[in-house]
Amino acid sequence: MKAFAYVSPTTAKDAIAALKAGGIVRPLAGGQDLLARLKDYVETADTLVNVKQALDATVTPAGGGLKIGAAVTLDALSTNPHVIRMYPALAEAAAKVGSPQIRHQGTVGGNLNQRPRCWYFRQEEFVCFKKGGNRCFSVDGENQHHAIFGNDGPSKIVHSSSLAVPAVAYGARFVVAGPNGEREIPAAEYFTLPTMQNVKKENVLGDDELLTHVILPAPGHIRSGHYEVRFKESRDWPMAFATVVVTMNGANVASARVVLGAVAPTPWRSEAAERALVGKPLTQATAEAAAAAAVEGAKPMSQNAYKIQITKTAVVRAILEAAGKRA
Amino acid sequence: MAQNEDDVSAVSRRDFFKTVGVSGLATGVLAATEQQAQAAPGTLGPGPVPVRLTINGRPYNLHIEPRVTLLDAVRDHALLTGNKRVCDRGTCGACTMIVDGRTVYACSTLAIETQGKKIRTVEGLANGGTLHPVQEAFCDKDAMMCGFCTPGFVMATVALIEKFPHPTPAQIRHELNGNVCRCGTFNRVLEAAAQAGGVNHG
Ligand SMILES: Cc1cc2nc3c(=O)[nH]c(=O)nc-3n(C[C@H](O)[C@H](O)[C@H](O)COP(=O)(O)OP(=O)(O)OC[C@H]3O[C@@H](n4cnc5c(N)ncnc54)[C@H](O)[C@@H]3O)c2cc1C
Ligand code: SF4
Ligand code: FES
Ligand code: FES
Repeated sequence: MKAFAYVSPTTAKDAIAALKAGGIVRPLAGGQDLLARLKDYVETADTLVNVKQALDATVTPAGGGLKIGAAVTLDALSTNPHVIRMYPALAEAAAKVGSPQIRHQGTVGGNLNQRPRCWYFRQEEFVCFKKGGNRCFSVDGENQHHAIFGNDGPSKIVHSSSLAVPAVAYGARFVVAGPNGEREIPAAEYFTLPTMQNVKKENVLGDDELLTHVILPAPGHIRSGHYEVRFKESRDWPMAFATVVVTMNGANVASARVVLGAVAPTPWRSEAAERALVGKPLTQATAEAAAAAAVEGAKPMSQNAYKIQITKTAVVRAILEAAGKRA
Repeated sequence: MAQNEDDVSAVSRRDFFKTVGVSGLATGVLAATEQQAQAAPGTLGPGPVPVRLTINGRPYNLHIEPRVTLLDAVRDHALLTGNKRVCDRGTCGACTMIVDGRTVYACSTLAIETQGKKIRTVEGLANGGTLHPVQEAFCDKDAMMCGFCTPGFVMATVALIEKFPHPTPAQIRHELNGNVCRCGTFNRVLEAAAQAGGVNHG
């Protein structure tokens, strides 16, 4: 990687100011994504701003829910007793990321802002739309890990964050701080589908802003489930996954959120699956109906139709877990 | 090897004295100078800067660029070449070191960020001529072929035993799943971990 300058401020304000140092400046959290990109010359940086001392590394109760600092490590998140009790799908997603070593270093902020894993993106030689080029190599190339939803824009990536999916399902809000103060963005609006205008980014964060917190609303009487279909148990991303959050009215579902991961350029909410659950009991039959609804309208590319089946599997198993029926 | 290490820390100690100046020495509190280096408002680099690491309890005063990873600092600058560089991308575990009690991929961590932390490498395990129980177990179970993954696996196993002194088979698999062995010695590695942790596999 190209040599860079390094600064490690101790307050969020100083870290945000440091982002304006001139040249290409990038926040460095756990570095588990950024350093590999720099080594592979996917991008270069003139200065890295270590944000781990500047940003909050605690999980604190807030308004009946939790406020999670961006510098909390995935290991700390996945073992936090409040997170496990109140938002088990988030704890599970964090616990499955990468490997113990990656979870010890990787942070919430870095996980949510990690860049795509598309192999063309990760190779310096392929100058695709995301890198300012004029084509997407996955269309006529190797697309087995690419999107089956939301893939009519210029880039066909799947969003690679495991935490983003439960964050959307639990209705989290992200706190973002910049030179002009803070703003709060619903998780579902943070991530963006690629257009020709925004294709170089995966979210609405400005270059002079940092994600500082994830705020989870009071859970109330929700039940949730999470299931990841993985090729290997570790050191890899899930191939398709789902988080399901429901509230019950007696034996029947009162409200539902079904969010799919690794199938689209953003966490992919399936309102069709949600409609298939509302008013029904949480049985195998309803779970299967919801799963079938979830993949309606999928548009597989040349090599990734298999994702339809594993997405259905993930939805069924996440629903049964929410129902307490999965061993 | 021992000779090399001594040379390095001798040279490094001189560099350290040069860079911290009199006030740092006068207090004699090394932790305080580490903190000053960390909290400095200024930007460091991109050229070489003083980086003080505590590896296996010993100070190493290096002069390296901020981009140098912990792995390269330890291997190429502190000349402790036990932990290996294989993928250099956080996917294989050969570089696994223990930093402040937790395993990390040293290839995916900047050395400059680990100042003031306790860095442990495979060189720090044996006590004179006596191997660490985990090293002993790897030898007993013949848990290696080419040996390239071994230092990383040994460090991950040491961290496992420190976290779960008597690990269950599931805990062993889970805590060691950030490491891979190209030669396929996994079963023996799991047996070695079980032996080191006193688990009876029957
Ligand atoms: C082998 C392997 C397997 C992996 N498996 C998974 C997986 O299963 N699931 C998964 O989700 N991820 C996975 N990852 C990806 C990822 O490295 C980790 O999830 C980790 O969380 C990244 O966090 P970090 O703190 O190390 O990020 P960094 O690498 O430090 O940062 C990532 C990006 O976010 C930016 N950034 C960091 N913090 C902030 C902030 N507070 N505000 C704004 N921008 C910020 C950085 O500039 C950078 O561009 C894997 C990585 C590897 C190498
Ligand atoms: S899917 Fe996106 S990142 Fe991959 S080649 Fe196409 S434009 Fe580039
Ligand atoms: S060399 Fe660090 S994980 Fe492979
Ligand atoms: S013994 Fe050869 S890689 Fe593990």
